[in-house]
Amino acid sequence: MVSIEIDGKKIEAEQGSMIIEVADANGITIPRFCYHKKLSIAANCRMCLVEVDGVKKPLPACATPISDGMVVKTQSDFAQQSQKSVMEFLLINHPLDCPICDQGGECELQDVALEYGNDVSRFTEKKRAVVDEDLGPLIETEMTRCIHCTRCVRFGREVAGIRELGAVGRGEHMEISTFIEQSVDSEVSGNIIDLCPVGALTAKPSRYQARSWEMAQRDSVSPHDCIGANLHVHTLRNRVIRVVPKDNEAVNEVWLADRDRYSYEALEKSERLLKPMLKHNGEWKEVDWETALERTASKLNMTVQTDGSDQIAAIAHPSSTTEEMYLLQKVMRGLGSNNIDHRLRVTDFAWQKFEPLHPELGVDLSELENLDACLLIGANLRKEQPLASLRVRKATRYGDVASIGLYPVYHNFDLKHEIITDAETWLGQLAGITKYLYQNQDDSDKEQWADAMDLEGLEELLAPINIRDEHRDIAEMLLKGEKSSVILGASALEFSYAGHIRLMAKAIANLSGASYGFFPHGGNSVGAYLAGAIPHRGPAGADVEQDGQHIKDLFEQGKKNYVLLKTEPGKESVMGEQALNSLRSADFVVSMTCHADDEAFEYADVILPVASFLETSGSYVNVNGLWQDFAASVNAPGEAKPAWKVLRVLGNLLNLKNFDYVSAEDVRKEVKGRLSAVGDRIKPKWQCPEKLPRDGFSPRPVNMYQIDGWLRRAPSLQDTALAKGQEVLKRPRLSPFHNIVGGV
Amino acid sequence: MTDSETKTLNEILSAESFQQVETWVRKYPEERKRAAIIPIMLIVQDECGYLTQDLMDAVADYLSCPKIAAYEVASFYSMFRLKEAGKYVISLCTNVSCMLAGSGDIKKWFEDELGIKPGETTSDGTFTLKEVECMAACGGAPMLEVDKKYHENLNVDKVAELIKELK
Repeated sequence: MVSIEIDGKKIEAEQGSMIIEVADANGITIPRFCYHKKLSIAANCRMCLVEVDGVKKPLPACATPISDGMVVKTQSDFAQQSQKSVMEFLLINHPLDCPICDQGGECELQDVALEYGNDVSRFTEKKRAVVDEDLGPLIETEMTRCIHCTRCVRFGREVAGIRELGAVGRGEHMEISTFIEQSVDSEVSGNIIDLCPVGALTAKPSRYQARSWEMAQRDSVSPHDCIGANLHVHTLRNRVIRVVPKDNEAVNEVWLADRDRYSYEALEKSERLLKPMLKHNGEWKEVDWETALERTASKLNMTVQTDGSDQIAAIAHPSSTTEEMYLLQKVMRGLGSNNIDHRLRVTDFAWQKFEPLHPELGVDLSELENLDACLLIGANLRKEQPLASLRVRKATRYGDVASIGLYPVYHNFDLKHEIITDAETWLGQLAGITKYLYQNQDDSDKEQWADAMDLEGLEELLAPINIRDEHRDIAEMLLKGEKSSVILGASALEFSYAGHIRLMAKAIANLSGASYGFFPHGGNSVGAYLAGAIPHRGPAGADVEQDGQHIKDLFEQGKKNYVLLKTEPGKESVMGEQALNSLRSADFVVSMTCHADDEAFEYADVILPVASFLETSGSYVNVNGLWQDFAASVNAPGEAKPAWKVLRVLGNLLNLKNFDYVSAEDVRKEVKGRLSAVGDRIKPKWQCPEKLPRDGFSPRPVNMYQIDGWLRRAPSLQDTALAKGQEVLKRPRLSPFHNIVGGV
Repeated sequence: MTDSETKTLNEILSAESFQQVETWVRKYPEERKRAAIIPIMLIVQDECGYLTQDLMDAVADYLSCPKIAAYEVASFYSMFRLKEAGKYVISLCTNVSCMLAGSGDIKKWFEDELGIKPGETTSDGTFTLKEVECMAACGGAPMLEVDKKYHENLNVDKVAELIKELK
């Protein structure tokens, strides 16, 4: 620690930090354009010039490390004169078209110009004009406004790991450009809009929709992956204009994935269902809520009475809120049925009893970037959990990452070891690593594991397995790392022997001292487990008298009645066609959906319009078990109602007990109350499987912009190269280091 | 725009040139080999005349660096040509020293006699005139460079002589 003085204020700070960091941490404002706390230091805008005692020239605060006894003045005449001069230079080629610029009102250049700019320009020569770039459907450009801070360039190289933009040309002719005609295809590309301090890069879908000062800002949470990225939703007259990130270091840092940012488009750009619909003699007609719900209640009641409660089934999409799923299971269980599931893309349920209380990552999201060793199993992180991928990329600065999967995947980080295997030998590969670790354990270690694992049978199971060099390397990598983690991704969970994969992964983690966890599908799978939207456990992991049937059985056997919550199983289930067949031949199907073009019109009997994720209050629980609740940002259109209200009324109509909630918060309190009552009763178990089957099957991975109804209906996202499967996969891997070491 | 369509650097270059490329790459540590991007692009330019997108892509792939990084370098330095040029590319310095010593007259001579302004090529495709920044020969200002050779202490007559020789 050294002590310095800024503007007369004595400050203790870490040796080596830059003046601007210390000033920021102490609430002293220094103007800047190119400096950003998440990016490397470029020091190219010179806006942050300050005076340092004993130095004759002004120094850039962003690139000047502090030293003991340094006296910094940010407000002296000398400093201000320097800043004013820089401002004058920056404005030479800026068009000052603020009245027609989307950034107007929230523009860093505008703000700083107000403070430091002159009223009258001395520049009478011609300003330059720059031809705009076409960066694809998400980002609008107005390159004449660019002040060459290069934040967007550095974001691509350092954070996203995909460099598409560059500074082309020299001097007066320098332009930020892709040089060739090419869209920006990164799955986190929208962040350069937030980074751009001027109006050069703005959001294309919301262009000219509103001025920044007219909009109201509400908070929400993204439903598309289990990170639970925090959103600021900007609304105007009950319309969502755009979505930007809300800073939360523990969750999404300052970033959003493109799908978090642009999925709101579906609220207005898709055809919404505005009234309850009922099929009468094969014809769809609009009805009032009462008719639709009464029909639903009487049908469900009738089926339970005539065919028994195992003939009704409920399927929820894992992006439904915790409250919705809790009420859905309460309706089902109230009717005496445990047939409820949300695991649309899971195929193996054999080991579900061995699961923990809820899916969990085993390591804090914010700790992902500090891992020494990380083994990814069947994970295409960039597509499945874009923001977690950015963290793991950071981990590769000092740590190692290995991957075992079925498909060659372009990761935006370097892999130390990579095994691309096939379905037949996948388990064998994991067993190889397990065997190496098992053989290198002392007996005392084995005793220690005995608590968590029933090691019986493991030796026999592993006997025929050959340890290959890469198995040894990966095992050593995990052993060596102080903070190591084994993390499973989508294709591991979708595999037909997912249970075996999980057992082997858990064994590897336990034997190597690594943490173990996985990223489940959808935004709220954790909430689904806690709410009891699973057939084998009630809310908060409560025991059920008799297990309900899991989703595979529900679709394979065909039930009389189906209740669907925000899901289109034909598009979302791994069983696609079979799911559709069962739904078509069902006696009665009710679907709660937001969309007028829902596939349910093909097979349902009653379709109920419900509110979307930005139109309802509720909560999502992320992969670290973090509850994040939110209120509605806008009202639902037409007669659409939040699904929790619909389910509450349905519960009342079915004469079920305790269905008189006033708010989503009431429901949430009930779930949380049950959780605290149960405590940590459920302990994940480990038992050695009898054999390692070789006839596994893996469903085809689903496109990252197809996973839920909102993304499928967000036109700008559907227009991207990623959605169309046209992205360039052969790219050089870029070092995650900032500047100096190994940078391009 | 699939990757398979672009040729690799050793398919593009002659064996001899490619050997030069490899010599340059060996001068840098493996993980810093992209430092050789300027000499390599010069070798490619010498052999192919000017740098097309395909050529720059091939260099970027060869050095495992993003393609845009190659475009940045090629568009920054004046010795790289991104368009077809004449048989002789004349780089005329018009920076301060040369300007004071009369580079303006020489520039005008090119316009009057050959009919080309900076950036243009004669209709017979023989000469291309380029206006460049200081080439570190201020002691011999005004100067120009053609075919990697500096011609210093110039005046209009000397330039006329030089052009006659080249023709």
